[in-house]
Amino acid sequence: MTLDLVPAGSAAELLDIDPCNGLRMRLMEMGLTPGTQLSVVRHAPMGDPIEIKVRGYRLSIRKQEAALIRCRSL
Amino acid sequence: MAPVPDPARRQRIVAVAGNPNSGKTTLFNALTGAHAKIGNYPGITVESRTAEAELPRAGRVTLVDVPGTYSLTARSPDEEVAINSLLGRKGLPRPDAVLVVLDAVALERSLFFLMQVMEFGLPVIAVVNMIDAARGEGIDLHFDALRKEFGIPVVGTVARRRQGLDLLRETLDDLLADERPPPAPDWLWEPCAELSRDLDQFDAAIREEVQFSLPTPAARRAFALWLMMSVTPHSELEVRPRLRGIALEVRARLEAEGRDLAREAVAARYAKIDLLAPRLITRNPPRSHQTERIDAVLTHPLWGTAVFVTIMGLIFQTLFSWSEPFMGLIENGVGGLAGALRGVLPAGFLRDLLLDGVIAGVGGVLVFLPQILFLFLFISILEGTGYLARAAFLIDRLMRRLGLHGQAFVPMLSGYACAIPAIMATRTIDNRRDRFLTIMAVPLISCSARLPVYTLVIALTFPAAQKIGFLSTGTLVLLGIYVLSSLLALLAVGLLGRTVFKGRPRPLLLELPAYRMPDPKTVLMVMWERSRAFLTTAGTVILVMTVVLWVLLSFPRAGADLPDGTAAAAVQSEQLRHSYAGRIGGAIEPVIEPLGFDWKIGIGLIGAFAAREVFVGTMGVVYGVGGDGDAADETLREAMLRDRRPDGRPVWTPLTGVSLIVFFMIAMQCMSTLAVTRRETASWGWTLFMLSYLTVAAYLASLLVYQGGRALGFA
Repeated sequence: MTLDLVPAGSAAELLDIDPCNGLRMRLMEMGLTPGTQLSVVRHAPMGDPIEIKVRGYRLSIRKQEAALIRCRSL
Repeated sequence: MAPVPDPARRQRIVAVAGNPNSGKTTLFNALTGAHAKIGNYPGITVESRTAEAELPRAGRVTLVDVPGTYSLTARSPDEEVAINSLLGRKGLPRPDAVLVVLDAVALERSLFFLMQVMEFGLPVIAVVNMIDAARGEGIDLHFDALRKEFGIPVVGTVARRRQGLDLLRETLDDLLADERPPPAPDWLWEPCAELSRDLDQFDAAIREEVQFSLPTPAARRAFALWLMMSVTPHSELEVRPRLRGIALEVRARLEAEGRDLAREAVAARYAKIDLLAPRLITRNPPRSHQTERIDAVLTHPLWGTAVFVTIMGLIFQTLFSWSEPFMGLIENGVGGLAGALRGVLPAGFLRDLLLDGVIAGVGGVLVFLPQILFLFLFISILEGTGYLARAAFLIDRLMRRLGLHGQAFVPMLSGYACAIPAIMATRTIDNRRDRFLTIMAVPLISCSARLPVYTLVIALTFPAAQKIGFLSTGTLVLLGIYVLSSLLALLAVGLLGRTVFKGRPRPLLLELPAYRMPDPKTVLMVMWERSRAFLTTAGTVILVMTVVLWVLLSFPRAGADLPDGTAAAAVQSEQLRHSYAGRIGGAIEPVIEPLGFDWKIGIGLIGAFAAREVFVGTMGVVYGVGGDGDAADETLREAMLRDRRPDGRPVWTPLTGVSLIVFFMIAMQCMSTLAVTRRETASWGWTLFMLSYLTVAAYLASLLVYQGGRALGFA
């Protein structure tokens, strides 16, 4: 599944990121490397973007980009 | 006795680098005095910040605030400046030491950045900041293990509380005092064989081409890796052609071999960090859930929205109304000064130049200060607490529909008060495309300076007695103006975003930092630095333009041929008609006539360039009732309504009024906005683009309204 589909409050393990517009490299540099555990904290009131917690910090990412992040439910 | 620093030695340079939100700027401010030097790196919009600090042995050192980035790979101007300031590229001085500020809560991500810096062989001190927040999150950090594994000095700090700073100063002093600093540790990770081969391929070229210092083989390899990561076929990065050629060649081969640079160079570093992490960090259950608890309210669909609306309403109210008394105070103060000097100085050209040109110009610059100070008070507090990122998070969905990011909301909102602080506030937008797009659209939002013009023209052309339902026509027109101007700004964002700023916007990854108390010194420094930046660069341009405008409006002198005893207002009026501006107003009449404007309105448009509300005063002078009246002035209104064209038709018909309102809604008629745009974009090209696209659009829109209205049978 992809990160945009992970329900708020659930944890997931990152499998890989589809290359698109340099996003993959940037996300990996911010610590979203394959095998990293993350959790979806919440969706913004209007449904988008989403807030994730990864490696101790919180990151906001739009669903459009989250859809490029493949992960496995934990 | 402290050893006297060797005066022959140049002042040492210390770079302060780190991730955004790591408290880097607070640490920088805590280490330095109250005076930071602000400048722009040549040709780009990234600001440089340096300040001095005093150390016992090293003496006075210069601290450089390196832009906060998550990586040294250069994809944005900020990241390019970061690497250039660390390596001493592009004419920047090479630092003698680097303080890498690590976010204690997001230590792994910070360690990735630290590894990148260390690979270049720079003398580094790791400053683990916000250790109090880490404790709250249940994170125990093992500094000894960190020192041992990374082979560098490590200091824990809470910059906001000024904790750990003495030890940091001492450590830094030791590092600088050491004549022969310990050899830089080798890379902490081993690149795979293929990547290693790729990096070696750069070595000869780097030795021959690179001007700045890369002292060791490890440093050259670090630069080779940086080139591989940063140089892409589309990047505009300035790199020697030979190095660029190798980088592109190596990348092409890498792709042909089906390899993955992100895994080989990024995931490999994180693998090393993950391997070390258990020795560096112990995670216990969090002791404080402060950020979770605050977020449960502030990002709640109902309460979060309510708080958002309240805070934004407060900002709007402050800029729109509560800064008014302060602006009045400045205007009266400057007016009083000019009045006092008028009685003292001998009459003549110099007195008029000083009073009506220079002092009036200074007043015209200072009057923006209250709004700038208030806006940056809010922004720096909201940024310091971490709420600004939440505001962007909440509103992003809405802003995305308009083609912008949530970060563009506060600048756009500020535009309803004044474009000057609004354009300055676009600095909070990370992404250059969104930032420039917002700057270009902000002047279309109806600012408060346009209100007196709207009020005057509405009062002239839509009698207050006329009502539609229970609202007067004038009220409805004013409401319509604000709705329409907002729509126009959105339309501009849409159109420019699809044409001038074409290309996929860089997706924004917004960190939501833990909530904390803002650092008072940093808040004050932001307010002071933004005001100073405005005064010194935009302010001087505005001052010069005010004087030029004054010359246009006051010369050549008329009056010698006026009969004695002519009323003062009539003299003023005659003087204005006689001036260069008056002549230009006459000369452009054929151009603006199709919009329904005559030469008197033409003069008003020229005068309005000083500030839009000046239009009202200029009309007062043109119509010979004096320039001190306001929009509610009956005499001015009556004089204007009596005015007839040569063919006997009234000048001020509703159609002319609507056409003039449309013109004021769109036209770029504010030299202060242009001056501040020049400063914030660091480009005359973009400034001229703003001036021309808005002027052309205003002309065409007014032409359409006036000629269309006539074709439909309106007078």
